[in-house]
Amino acid sequence: MKYRDEYRTADAARGYANAIARITTRPWTLMEVCGGQTNAIMRFGIDQLLPKEISLIHGPGCPVCVTPIDYIDKALDIAGTPGVILCTFGDMLRVPGTKSDLAAARAGGADVRVVYSPLEALAVARDHPGNEVVFFAVGFETTAPANAMTVYQADREGLVNFSVLVSQVLVPPAICALLDRPGNRIHGFLAAGHVCTITGYAEYEPIARQHRVPIVVTGFEPLDILEGVYRCIHQLERGESIVENQYSRAVRRPGNQLAQQVMESVFQIVPRHWRGMGEITASGLGVSPAYQTFDAEARFGAVISQDESQGECTSGAVLRGETRPDQCPAFGTRCTPEHPLGVTMVSEEGACAAYYRYRRQVRRPVE
Amino acid sequence: MCLAVPGRVISIEGDDPLTRQGRVDFGGVIKSVNLAYVPEVKPEDYILVHVGFAITVLDPREAERVFEYLETLQQ
Repeated sequence: MKYRDEYRTADAARGYANAIARITTRPWTLMEVCGGQTNAIMRFGIDQLLPKEISLIHGPGCPVCVTPIDYIDKALDIAGTPGVILCTFGDMLRVPGTKSDLAAARAGGADVRVVYSPLEALAVARDHPGNEVVFFAVGFETTAPANAMTVYQADREGLVNFSVLVSQVLVPPAICALLDRPGNRIHGFLAAGHVCTITGYAEYEPIARQHRVPIVVTGFEPLDILEGVYRCIHQLERGESIVENQYSRAVRRPGNQLAQQVMESVFQIVPRHWRGMGEITASGLGVSPAYQTFDAEARFGAVISQDESQGECTSGAVLRGETRPDQCPAFGTRCTPEHPLGVTMVSEEGACAAYYRYRRQVRRPVE
Repeated sequence: MCLAVPGRVISIEGDDPLTRQGRVDFGGVIKSVNLAYVPEVKPEDYILVHVGFAITVLDPREAERVFEYLETLQQ
């Protein structure tokens, strides 16, 4: 496949790995924010190509993982309402709520449908005018324009039986929250390339400046990630902290302005609870007043926040990059994808699932 | 969740800018994709597709940079 296979060549990967080794003089800790990048790092063994001075830690960039349990409970509550069809991305099916998950609700007779695109949920609403159709809109900035366009089209068509349960989150406020945590040890960030196709990266420039961290907008193939690491280390070794764009074939500084416009008209910025990180100011999107009639919370009652107890699961610390999946005593024994204790093992993009899939043995401890 | 897959636009249908569709080739698999967010796209362009929507048009010139940059490092 063009634009994929050429970025997976072993020679070029070794070339980047050697270049990184040549310039690294001391220990550095980089965080890749996006779960897709975590998955690629594990799958291709990219961390094992790096000098031992470089630690890659994994960030909160899995929207499934950071969606609070209250939203799963609300989705279950809505799915259990007679006459409702709940449409969701497949990633949400097995995420545990307080007592159950959407897969179990479906097995119990609830009409829960997996869609690849929110537009499919819209088609379900057209085809079933006698039912209430609710789409569980989860995601980062990459997904928000698709979800927003779906609401925009529902409004244009006058579909009265369609609404969205929104748990959308934004990356930059989470990066700031991590940097502000006491004991923060992140020296540089690989920013999520697909998020930046939408938002651009101007918003990251003040973060890099104020917190003095290099931020490199990075793609998802092995060579992208290795170049992102090289650029980040190059800045750190020279004492620089600017935003660079490694993923220039897909990302431009202003981002996709049409997508931003639709996002900004359908959604508004709201505070959001993140699993493992608590409430972060202005870190989420909710339905804007102009589109209130499409807000599932207006139709089925508001989501009620509650304190989460994690039990034995360390996913909160994993999402903050404070611990690695294989450092959890339950990893791979009491906690597996078949019998997950927590969401980072459930989600395809959770760091624990990526470690389990590609690497079971324990690696060197974090310094 | 933020997975986006590169594909080649074969043809474009529809006049409504919000529902313009492309037939897109993903290494032999052909799917229909909403092009509302990439009004500039033309047949034969490569796009990144996420949950049924094109989110960006890939720039063939910029796509070479990963290799050019590596060459500068190896000199």
